[in-house]
Amino acid sequence: MSSVAMTAQTAGKGAARRAARRRARGSGFGAERRPRWLTYTILALVVVGSIAPLYYTLLLGSSDQQTISKHVIPQWLPDASLFDRFSDVIHNGSFDFMRAVSNSVIISVVTSVSVVLFSTLAGFAFAKLRFKGRRGLLVFVIATTAVPTQLGVIPLWIIVTDLGWQNQIQAVIVPALVSAFGVFWMTQYLESALPYELIEAARVDSASMIRTFWSVALPAARPAAAMLALFTFIQQWTNFFWPSIVLSQDNATLPVVVKLLQGSFHTDYSLVMAGVFLTTVPLIIVFILAGRQLVSGIMQGAVKG
Amino acid sequence: MTALTTAPTPPRVGPPEKRRRRVGFSQRMSRWDVKVSPYLYVSPFFIIFAVTGLFPLLYTGWVSLHHWTLIGGEAGYTGFDNFTAIFQQSEFWLSLRNTFMIFLLSSVPQMVVAIVLAAILSQNIRAKTFWRMGVLIPYIVAPVAVGLIFGQLFADQYGVINTALQAIGLPQIGWHKNTFASWTAIATMVNFRWTGYNTLIFLAAMQAVPRDLYEAAVIDGAGRMRQFFSITLPQIRSTLIFVVITSTIGGLQIFDEPRTFDVYGTGGPSHQWETTTMYLWNLGWGPQQNLGRAAAVAWLLFVVIVIFALVNYIVSSRISSSEARRDQKKQGRARRSPSDRKGAIR
Repeated sequence: MSSVAMTAQTAGKGAARRAARRRARGSGFGAERRPRWLTYTILALVVVGSIAPLYYTLLLGSSDQQTISKHVIPQWLPDASLFDRFSDVIHNGSFDFMRAVSNSVIISVVTSVSVVLFSTLAGFAFAKLRFKGRRGLLVFVIATTAVPTQLGVIPLWIIVTDLGWQNQIQAVIVPALVSAFGVFWMTQYLESALPYELIEAARVDSASMIRTFWSVALPAARPAAAMLALFTFIQQWTNFFWPSIVLSQDNATLPVVVKLLQGSFHTDYSLVMAGVFLTTVPLIIVFILAGRQLVSGIMQGAVKG
Repeated sequence: MTALTTAPTPPRVGPPEKRRRRVGFSQRMSRWDVKVSPYLYVSPFFIIFAVTGLFPLLYTGWVSLHHWTLIGGEAGYTGFDNFTAIFQQSEFWLSLRNTFMIFLLSSVPQMVVAIVLAAILSQNIRAKTFWRMGVLIPYIVAPVAVGLIFGQLFADQYGVINTALQAIGLPQIGWHKNTFASWTAIATMVNFRWTGYNTLIFLAAMQAVPRDLYEAAVIDGAGRMRQFFSITLPQIRSTLIFVVITSTIGGLQIFDEPRTFDVYGTGGPSHQWETTTMYLWNLGWGPQQNLGRAAAVAWLLFVVIVIFALVNYIVSSRISSSEARRDQKKQGRARRSPSDRKGAIR
């Protein structure tokens, strides 16, 4: 009996696939038609345009200032002298590059972990627990996603100086420990991804609230949490305004020191571009490993936001 | 237990009834747990945000009413002196103009290109994920890096773009001299980084449009262009408003790109591309070291952003709703004749 049902089902699936193929061939509606070469040409141009500036940093990085000032495109392929430039950037005399690398890593990792943890905690409470003031607080969170907090730098600077945190990375970490967007994002996700039955089951098994969070909510939140971590990491890795104010060159982050490469009185653009590429490498790796997640993260956020 | 969740389904009545009979210590702990935990879980966000986000923003108003220097700290209440002083600075007004123009040059073309690209990507193309990832590549380049790269591409003498212009027989452009050219160059940087990101947002919105709308339009004989203007655009309206608002809030605070556009980072010899956030930075951490005035600029910029976001909200919802209305009218008219035909066939 069951085998008959299964055959019937497979036939149904095959039929659907055939129909999809027929539609794709162009007999169906406009939206389903396979587009022609013009579409792919436009897209290819866009992708080339997206990569070209990064590729250009490799070309200038493989050259030297004298050549650059004569030929705008010194060569068409990067070569091994790029690595000499990288080493020039790392062993430059004006700032500690490796210190900047480790600072950037620490700041990005710590803030990613903390944003995910605090956002999931708050998101769990907002999405699944009942408490007085829930609605009002959630509206407040949503409203604060639109607040330009960057404009609070002056008091932030005053506080940081009072605490003696100038030129210390906790001055950059602490304000970035939470994110209103993150709370909103996790609330949205947990609302649909975490069934009440699971929470109730845990509670019936007399798990405490925090235990329920840890072993039921947190695992359920994993996909959204991973995306939130990715976006927070990128945001902090590329953050410039506040770090450039509060950190000085002996203890800065990568975006701050890369700007310093340009700022020296004789600018060697080959060096600047090598530095630009070097600081982008970790994000290129992130993109290769998790670009797909970034794409679906943005698209999910769009539908929900 | 009943108070635990906001479940739309009626909460189970069995277990809690049984539990309530023996109210022991652990039971009291558990009820306390249920009551207090939600507040504990949301409190880290609210506490840290209050201290590092909200308080500084409000305290900016307080600082702006005082004479306050970078090294010396607070030195007396001055009323609105900081504001009147700033209003008399042409640099402030120039910075507002620059910020506004860079915002305009970056947001309008960006929205148009992003929507068109999203429409292209929403077709039934091969290797969907590849193309989607492709348009997102610029997002991983830090704004500072974008500024440095494009500062070089737009270099007045050895720049790729000027060389290319010369090669095709056009005059070279003084990207770092001409005011409008410098805005264009900086807007290009913003567009480079954010167009792909917004494309994906629009793409998601387009995919949420019900398919049967298009099928109905095809039956009614609507072409691709007609489908785009009469169905796609009105349907992604709320997303459009969302993107416009967020890019207003972000775009008016622009700092990284114009700061790295040249070596000095002060916005050009005659403030051609000095934005308001750069002006704020120059007042506070530049040679003047005047935090009071910087705070006044921050407050003014905050007000400008709020006004702008509101205006943009009203304008974009007007435009798209009037479009939707017009389209509905058109659709109604267009639909009448083919639907008669359809009726006849049936």
